Amino acid sequence: MFKFFSASNIYSFIQKLIKFINSIFFLILIIGLTFALVLSPPDYIQGDSVRIMYVHVPSAWLGLASFSVITLLSILNFIFKIKNFYFINKSIAPIGLLFTSLAIVTGSLWGQPTWGTWWAWDARLTSMLILMLFYVFYILSFKLINNEETTIKVSSIIAIVGSINIPIIKYSVDWWNTLHQPASIKISGSSSIHSAMLVPLLLMLLVFLLYAALIFLMKYKTEIIRIKKKNIKRI
Amino acid sequence: MLSSKVKNRIIFLTTVALITLVAIFFIIQSLDKNILYFSSPTEIKQSEDVVTGKKMRIGGMVKKNSIKISENNIQFIVTDFNNEIIVNFSGTVPNLFAEEKGVVAEGKLKDKSFFEADRILAKHDENYMPPEIKKIMNNSNAK
Repeated sequence: MFKFFSASNIYSFIQKLIKFINSIFFLILIIGLTFALVLSPPDYIQGDSVRIMYVHVPSAWLGLASFSVITLLSILNFIFKIKNFYFINKSIAPIGLLFTSLAIVTGSLWGQPTWGTWWAWDARLTSMLILMLFYVFYILSFKLINNEETTIKVSSIIAIVGSINIPIIKYSVDWWNTLHQPASIKISGSSSIHSAMLVPLLLMLLVFLLYAALIFLMKYKTEIIRIKKKNIKRI
Repeated sequence: MLSSKVKNRIIFLTTVALITLVAIFFIIQSLDKNILYFSSPTEIKQSEDVVTGKKMRIGGMVKKNSIKISENNIQFIVTDFNNEIIVNFSGTVPNLFAEEKGVVAEGKLKDKSFFEADRILAKHDENYMPPEIKKIMNNSNAK
């Protein structure tokens, strides 16, 4: 049982996974971009600027999802001391920061032609900025603290405090008046986005997911090499 | 069975989470109306301490057939289907500004039903569809 979790086994498994994702990534990227940029129709009111959504929405989702995963693993690591989760979190955090920043930047680019402003201090935009700050603090806690025990403590607390922001981001558009529109895709009930636009959106989500997985695996691989150098047999 | 060390860590984390939850709850409570990006015409009508001449934002739908454009002035009615406010504005409006679409106006209240705006933002709704579908929907509504 424990043999499977040896560093070398995980390493070779990651190698295979990276190869597999690399082999299909560009194909799916081309399909996704063709749908998003060429085949999908322009919006009835926004025109072609609707295409920014195909980058904005998946990156916002991934930014939120990454932080949720980080929080969950942080809690488990803090309570049960599962060292592996520490390395996984360390590898996820920069991806989450990347996608959150991407969501903010693309949202800003979309806001200028649509709303008439780059930025508004409404609840959704502000809470998203706070999420970005939490990512920055989280990553800094790894960089600035040398003692591993303290790092785990501090980063877990940052993750737990920051996780309360996640439902606030999700429901900010329903609870308060915001400039940002409410969600178009609902878990229950019908979506207010036409299927001709939903398909490219989901394709782009797949592209982003694969990209995130690729970056994660590469970062995680580096962490494992570091462990192997220290000659620890089992994670 | 959980060891006492594990139990202690669970208690510690739960306490941290609870304290933060309470703190954030109070922060949001004290922010109160400042957290709202804009007020609707009904909220303005119902509130008793409306300050005229103070910078604020109002939002709602642009009422149908209410846009009047003169030389360098635009006047329209913002409605939330219960109450209305007349908005006066001189300047350029965003491309998406249109009748029966969401709008947010930044400026000052003259009184409870007249607003002098110095900035207009268009508020997009959550509906995304191709132009052909919109045409079909309009036609079926007209029938």
